[in-house]
Amino acid sequence: MLHTFVAYVEDLPGVLTRVASLFRRLNININSLTVGRSERPGLSRLTLVCESSAEAGDRIRASLFKLENVVDVDDIAQAPSVTRELALIKVAATPQSRSRIFDLVEVFRARIVDLTSESLMIEMTGVESKIEGLIEVLREDEGRILEICRSGKMTMRRGHHLSSVLRAMGAGEEEANAAAAVREEERMAAEPE
Amino acid sequence: MTTDTTQAANAHLNTPTRLTGSEILWATLVGEGVDTVFGYPGGAILPAYDALRKFPIKHILVRHEQGAAHMADGYARASGKVGVAVATSGPGATNLVTGIATAMLDSIPIVCITGNVSSKVLGTDAFQEIDITGITLPVTKHNFLVSRAEDLAATLRHAFQIARSGRPGPVLVDITKDAQQASAIFDFEAAKPRAYRPHPMLRVDESGLAAAAELIRSSKRPIILAGHGVSESGAMEQVRTLAERAQIPVALTLLGLGGFPASHPLNLGMMGMHGEAWVNHAIQEADLLIACGMRFDDRVTGKLASYAPNAKKIHIEIDPAEINKNVKAEVALVGDLRAVLEELLPRIGTRGQGGRDGSAWLKTIEASKGAVAVHDIKNLPDSGHLYAAHVMHDLWRITGGSAVVVTDVGQHQMWEAQYFHHEHPRTLITSGGLGTMGYALPAAIGVKMACPEKEVWVIAGDGGFQMTAAELSTIVQEKLKINIAVINNGYLGMVRQWQEFFYERNYEATPLVSPDFVKLAEAHGIPGRAVRTRSEVLGAVEAARSSQSAFLLNFLVEKEDSVYPMIPAGSALHEMIRRPDRDPLEERAEDN
Ligand SMILES: Cc1ncc(C[n+]2csc(CCOP(=O)(O)OP(=O)(O)O)c2C)c(N)n1
Ligand SMILES: [Mg+2]
Repeated sequence: MLHTFVAYVEDLPGVLTRVASLFRRLNININSLTVGRSERPGLSRLTLVCESSAEAGDRIRASLFKLENVVDVDDIAQAPSVTRELALIKVAATPQSRSRIFDLVEVFRARIVDLTSESLMIEMTGVESKIEGLIEVLREDEGRILEICRSGKMTMRRGHHLSSVLRAMGAGEEEANAAAAVREEERMAAEPE
Repeated sequence: MTTDTTQAANAHLNTPTRLTGSEILWATLVGEGVDTVFGYPGGAILPAYDALRKFPIKHILVRHEQGAAHMADGYARASGKVGVAVATSGPGATNLVTGIATAMLDSIPIVCITGNVSSKVLGTDAFQEIDITGITLPVTKHNFLVSRAEDLAATLRHAFQIARSGRPGPVLVDITKDAQQASAIFDFEAAKPRAYRPHPMLRVDESGLAAAAELIRSSKRPIILAGHGVSESGAMEQVRTLAERAQIPVALTLLGLGGFPASHPLNLGMMGMHGEAWVNHAIQEADLLIACGMRFDDRVTGKLASYAPNAKKIHIEIDPAEINKNVKAEVALVGDLRAVLEELLPRIGTRGQGGRDGSAWLKTIEASKGAVAVHDIKNLPDSGHLYAAHVMHDLWRITGGSAVVVTDVGQHQMWEAQYFHHEHPRTLITSGGLGTMGYALPAAIGVKMACPEKEVWVIAGDGGFQMTAAELSTIVQEKLKINIAVINNGYLGMVRQWQEFFYERNYEATPLVSPDFVKLAEAHGIPGRAVRTRSEVLGAVEAARSSQSAFLLNFLVEKEDSVYPMIPAGSALHEMIRRPDRDPLEERAEDN
């Protein structure tokens, strides 16, 4: 199954290598990985998606926690969450063929962010299938796709906050721990036996 | 190591002072309780070596950096403290790798310090530059690259915290030459690491404890599986209380030996690939396994699909990543073994108070020992042959089981585990997880430095001994009293045994020519003796023990003897190869 891990890691040289090295050791391919600054100074947040057996989730999460630079790990599993991906797509388009692409962009609620006489750039955010959908129709269209740049997935749980976020928002240690416990309970309950 | 240096070091620890990075290195080590390091100098670590004389730290000059890491490891295993190894950049650092991996696989707390080229030329392939933090990433618990003197104290203190906390392990700190040469304010107190954060997935809850107690109470055929975690956690008393209160027999992993007294009536012995038949049979028949600080390694489970098929499992373990890795646990108590057992024990009643009655199960196991229960081979007639098993047995008898034995890897390692009975933790020092040949001699040096008052025996094969025999000079230079038993069978014996069983006796690359080990020892100034028959063993061992200096015994044992029983890799625990009847070892053995 697909696992999605959200982790807070220290923003230091080599930390990504350590995370990646863990998956290499487990012989697990990383399908998608996004990293960026988080709401907490000095900490990056990453979303990592990989394919592995259902039972492997706990062990991967436990192994991630063992990395010294990893501060928090959430296994999103089936929990209610929002996942988005950003894509930049450059398409060859002459002034004559532009308008059809404009229509497509409109339908997909994407945006044109750059325009020249030979090409245009589309920016699109959405779930993976929506982005794939746009790419598909662009390919079918005679407008040639020149470049595709995709960010990989970013995931955030709905509702409950990560304990680390609560802490960052100034909540007491107790409240944060309680949130962590709730999250853990949910995770255990959602777990397939 | 004068009082002057001690006073000076203490002064540094108490008042913030400006020091060079090199001085900060040693001052921090002193502050962390280090008094001995094992190392080898070179250009990139020279500034550190230059400052060493000002500090109350004994430096043992090794003959190969692999030895330095093994010594730090042996020191840690024998003392429970963090061992420290030091090496220069490039080849010095890469030579450490096998030793670091050995410590990693057995969860041993060591800190390795390496020098590196100046930070200005990092990443340029400068002379003797190597990316040692990159190389050791998968074999360390964590590692650091320090390029500023002001970061040194905090990083080193953090390294010690990581090495000794949770599930212990090796940490490497790579220090650039300019960081050693620059100066900074050394403030030991301020460099204290942040409070230790236990793994967030530790979990010892009410329901788990209650479930474990109930499983134990209602079990008919339970076994405790005691691993390395017993001694690491200091849970010997608690395991013993559990076993005695609930009348549960105890089987041990290789690294668990000594964690539960060999002479205890509930001790079954070693489990797994070379465990005695009754131990593995009992595990296969058990209805409950209580795993205490062990990780169900393939060497103890055999084929997983048929491992202990009728048993429920309680897994008590400090590393959450070990839970359900190889064997699924019905109840997992994830935490420090000793603390968990302290919580569990009050819930376990004795037989009188509604606890379980274990007598029937114990009787069944006792009966299954039957004719193979050859505990005592003291009176074996001298057949003119010398069996390694006899050597182990005699060594055990003569030393009263009180010696610290450091074994290498191979057949002799298994014979030691079978025939030398360990009563106390930290008396068997051996490389289990990585199985590193060449481990014993250097590790024993670390052991002797940690416990100078203890009798220390190296037991090594003729193959493994030659891998690190250069450390004989270290023993002489440091005037260490270490007794060395080479079990010389003329083969890479364990591999030869696999060839005998699984490769139609095609002894490819296993016959081994060796130097005369007694002469080799003598060339180092270490006296020695060759032993060819059983009747010579006692006198030889006594000669070694009574010698003031180190002593080497070259035991010329049966060449094609094998370790029995043996479970072929990938087979079920009960599918074992037994000693053939024609083989005289057990046939003629009899109790007193
Ligand atoms: C560094 C290393 N290389 C290879 C091996 C594989 N190996 C395991 S046991 C063994 C034979 C050991 O021979 P010896 O030291 O003579 O001990 P014996 O088995 O004969 O007692 C070998 C080669 C190993 N464990 N470690
Ligand atoms: Mg041999």
